[in-house]
Order: sequence, then C-alpha cells, then structure tokens
Amino acid sequence: MPVWELLSVELLTAFLGLGLLVLGLLVPKGQKRGLGYLAALGLVGIAALAFALREAQGVVWEGYIIDPFGTYFKLLFLFAAILTCVSSFEYIGRLGNGEGEYYALIILSTLGMMILASAGELITLYLGLELMTISFCILATYRRGDMKSAEAGIKYIILGALSSAILLYGLSLLYGSTGSTLIKDISLVVNSGGVTPLMVVGMIFLLGGFAFKMAAVPFHMWAPDVYEGAPTPVTAFLSVASKAAAFAAFLRVFFVALGDSHPLWAEVIVALTILSVVVGNLVAIPQKNIKRLLAYSSISQAGYLLLGIVAFSTLGVGAILYHSMLYVFANMGAFMVATVFYNADKSDEIQDYAGLARRSPLLAAVMLFSLLSLAGIPPLAGFVSKFYLFMAVIDQGYIWLAILAVLMSMVSVYYYLQVVKVMYLGDPPPGRPAIEVPLGVQIALACSLAVLFLFGIYPTPLTNYAFSSAAAFFH
Amino acid sequence: MGSTLTLVAFWILFVLVVASALAVVLLRNIVHSALYLVLSFVGVAGIYILLEAEFLAAVQILVYVGAVSVLLIFGVMLTRRGNIRQSNLFNAFSLAAGVVSLALCVLIILALARTPASLPLGSWPVDTVGALAEAFLGPFVVPFEVAAILLLVGIVGAILIAREVKEDK
Repeated sequence: MPVWELLSVELLTAFLGLGLLVLGLLVPKGQKRGLGYLAALGLVGIAALAFALREAQGVVWEGYIIDPFGTYFKLLFLFAAILTCVSSFEYIGRLGNGEGEYYALIILSTLGMMILASAGELITLYLGLELMTISFCILATYRRGDMKSAEAGIKYIILGALSSAILLYGLSLLYGSTGSTLIKDISLVVNSGGVTPLMVVGMIFLLGGFAFKMAAVPFHMWAPDVYEGAPTPVTAFLSVASKAAAFAAFLRVFFVALGDSHPLWAEVIVALTILSVVVGNLVAIPQKNIKRLLAYSSISQAGYLLLGIVAFSTLGVGAILYHSMLYVFANMGAFMVATVFYNADKSDEIQDYAGLARRSPLLAAVMLFSLLSLAGIPPLAGFVSKFYLFMAVIDQGYIWLAILAVLMSMVSVYYYLQVVKVMYLGDPPPGRPAIEVPLGVQIALACSLAVLFLFGIYPTPLTNYAFSSAAAFFH
Repeated sequence: MGSTLTLVAFWILFVLVVASALAVVLLRNIVHSALYLVLSFVGVAGIYILLEAEFLAAVQILVYVGAVSVLLIFGVMLTRRGNIRQSNLFNAFSLAAGVVSLALCVLIILALARTPASLPLGSWPVDTVGALAEAFLGPFVVPFEVAAILLLVGIVGAILIAREVKEDK
C-alpha cells in the first residue's frame, strides 16, 4: 500500500489552491487583498513542512517518487511562489478582479511543478507539465485589455500546445519501444536491450519539448514576447520556476530512464548549451525593455544550467540544484524591483529607470546586487554557483566549453551594468516623486538580498544540502 | 475473425484516418476541415476496436467525435468573420514547411523500419473496463487526481478569459 503521508506537501498545496478558489468567490469585493496574504502565509507553512520532510524517501504506487532531490525542487518552487505572491499584492490588487483565481492559479501551477519534479512515470509527468503550462497561459493574459498581455497568452498557449504535442509524441514513442511508462522499467529496458532507432526519435522529441520549457536556444522564441506581455510577477515566476521544473523532469527522464544512452544525446545538449549561452547573452545587449532584457538573460541562464547536464555527474546535478535555487532569488529580486517600479511609473523601459538610486535607494540596490549575482560577480551567490557549474564541466574535460561560458559571462556583465549605469548615474525625470515600497515587498527584497550575500560569503550549508540531494538522486 | 479480414479492415481504416487527416490540413474551408477531423477520429476508434479495446473506442467516439468536434465547430461558427471558403489558408512558408514535414516523415519511417517490432510482455486484459478502473483508482491515482485539477484549471481559465471586461475607467 502506498504511504500517503509522503504526499502531504502536494495535498496541502492542492487544498490551499482549491480553498483560495472558493474563498475568492465568498470574500466581499473590498477585502480581496486578504487572499494574497493567506496565499503567501499558506505557502510559507507548506515550505516549512517540506523543509521538515526534506529527508523523506519513498514511492507512492511506484509512479510517484518522493526523494531529497524532488523535495529540494519543491522547496525552490515554494520560495519562488511565495516571492511571487508577495510581489503581486499591489500589482494584482490594481487589476481589479479575479484576485482569488490569480493566487489559486499561482498555487496550482506550483502543484504542477511539484508533480513534475516527483514524477516517476510518464503520464504523471505529462499531467504535471500541463497543469503548470495551462495555469501559466491563463496567468499570462491577466492584464485584461492590454494587447501585449493577450498576445503573450495566445503565444504561450499555441507554442506551448505545439511543444506539448512534440513531447507527448516523444513519450508515446518511448512507451511504445519499451512497453512501460515507469521510468524505473524504461531504464531497465535501456540497460539490457539497448536503444532502438525509434527510441532515438522519441528522445529527440523529448529533448525538444523540455528545451522549450527551459527556454533554451533554438526553442526560445516564445520567451521574450511572453515575458514582456505577461504581468511582471507572473513573468518572474515563469522565468525561474517553470525553468527549474523542466530541469527537474529532464534530469529524472534523461539521467535515470535514459542514463545508459548518455553518449547518444550528450552532443545535442552541448549544442543547446553553446547556442543558449551565446545567443542569450549577445541578443540581450541591444534590449531596451527591462523584461525583454531579463528574458534574454534567462535564456542564457538556461545555457549555464545545461552545463550541469553536459557534465553528467553528481557534481553537475548538485551544481544545477545550487544554481537554480540562487537564480530564484536573484531573478525574483530583479523582477520584484521591476514590478514595484511599474506600479509607480507604469513603464518597463530601461531609460525610465534613470536616477532610480535617488528615488528609491532600496530598489536600486536590490536591482544592482541581483544583476551582479546573475552576472556571477563575487562575493555574491551567483559567483559560487557558476563556479560549481564551470568546475563540473571542466571535471569532465570540457575546458573549452567552460572558457566559452566564462567569456559570455563577461559579455553579460556589460548589459547588466548598462541598467546599473542608468539607475545610478542618470538623472531622475523632473517632478517624479520618490517611490514608496510596500512593507511586504520590502521584507521580500531584504530576504532575497540576504540570501544572495549569505550564500555568496558562506555557501557551505546550501552546497551541502544541494550536493547531498544530488548524491541521493544518483544513489 | 479471420486474420486476412482483420488486415483488410486495418488498411481500410488506415487509408481513412490518413486521408481525412490530410484533408484537415489541406482543405481551405475550416468547417470542412473540422468535419474531416471527425472522420479521422472515427477511423481511430475503428482501429481501437480492431485492437479489442472496445471501451477506449466508445470513449473515443463519445469524447472526440461527440464533444470535441462539436465544440470545435461551435468555436469556428462563433468566432469566424469573413469568407468561410478561404478560412484555412497556408502562409508564405507552406513550401518550406512541406519539405521539412516530408523529411521528418521519411526519417521517422526509416527509424521505424529499422526497429525490430516487439509486443509488450504479459497477458492482455480480457475485461478492459475493469482493468482501467483499477488502474485509475490504484497505481494511477495521482495522475488521475492531477487530471481532475487540470480540468478545473482549464474551466476556471476559460471563464476568466471569456469574462466581460468591465469598463470602469
């Protein structure tokens, strides 16, 4: 019999999401703000539970695996969801309606990611992926009456459906040629019988489907438009959590189920890595809109994370875990600043950030350190995590790839600092008041900043946790 | 049923499914495309019957032929404006898309031809409905419940997106 306690994190998340959906209809119009607080507090509670259960290990009916690796990712999704909720209070409150549904959808998409990170079976994996994607499609259109938001929604749903179809075709070919949807059984077949040509076709389709969700080049075309049009907190959540979820599922399928066929797909990953790092960083340079800039930066971050997959080792997986966790805080920090700024000035253009340092020193500082962490400048956490990723590939003999990634990191410093230059050296437009930052967001910003500095200076606790989770993944 | 008869039935269904699927893509009138899609779904249901998965065939007819295609035609009727005869056209990249699709098709057929055909081990369930029910509420209960939540999200999303925008500014 399955051990239902293992599912407690997922069950509570589902209850919270469904409960908010009902509450959203019951609460009178003027008091909907409480829904956001409830969502954030509920998620904090669930995160505490997930942290307490981080060592839990077991399977629910073989198709659903609870292990430290999956729980690490669940914590990551929960942190991202909490920060998203906190930064949404003001933004979504102003949109007027659908607040209950908004928070419910954020939480249910988090549930989809959790399912994705724990799925030990292809149908479960696909349903988790769809739950996440469909929720995001709806969230992307939340800026009603804004054509860009509608465009983002329709682009995400059509391209997402296309990529889901490709992924599903890949899954069905994998099932057809191995006779099982269980990842464990597939790995046995690949182990003993080798790989058939049909399975290779399936693998290529799977790679395409996952790369779309990671926003790795050449499957990235949707990212800048969707990121620009979607409400900023949703963009933030999409850029960190759905990417991490895709990596979690990818690791499970390709390292566990198809691990023995590693030489077949390794070179494709190397190509994806090079393209993502180069294209993401170079195309980011001319961007004028902060959300598009961060979109290209997130494409390049997908490239850095792919380095961990290229390495195909415990060190590589640990580095992915570590980098993706810090990427959550760095990127959410930057997007939270963009959200607050948009609430005040109704603009996402980088030139409008001129003199932000004088209008709100806190916002400018958080943006500065988040961008520096994304670029990988010491003593911020992004430096340590990139260092591990580069070490992981050098360990496997890909020195040239590490050198290329470092060079492209330097390119990224240029466009990140362009934003900083505008914020600190530019003059604020005359007559613009100082920007007031709500208390909740202040706390969230301070937390992100603290995480970036703490794990940059003293990374040991998080690296230990990430690497022990990675070791448990490989057992 | 004789095996020759099964084979003949399979090829008839095969031609039906593929030809009507091609018609969906190639026809210029989107309502005709939708109707051919129905025909294609019926053909797939026939293949399920050939494979002795009668329950699945019934579901295929009910859900895809019945519900999905009716929704599709309603969707077309409620949203389309302009000339219906020119409603499902190709864009400027049709030639490139055709070449890429054909190349992909050849590649997949080549891969298929070089893969030894194998059947899954174990016995076939005689009672297909019972086995499905047990799977849904047994080993597949997690994805089953996730599917329920997914459908709920879909419905909520449809309402949210279709809801009238209040002009309060």
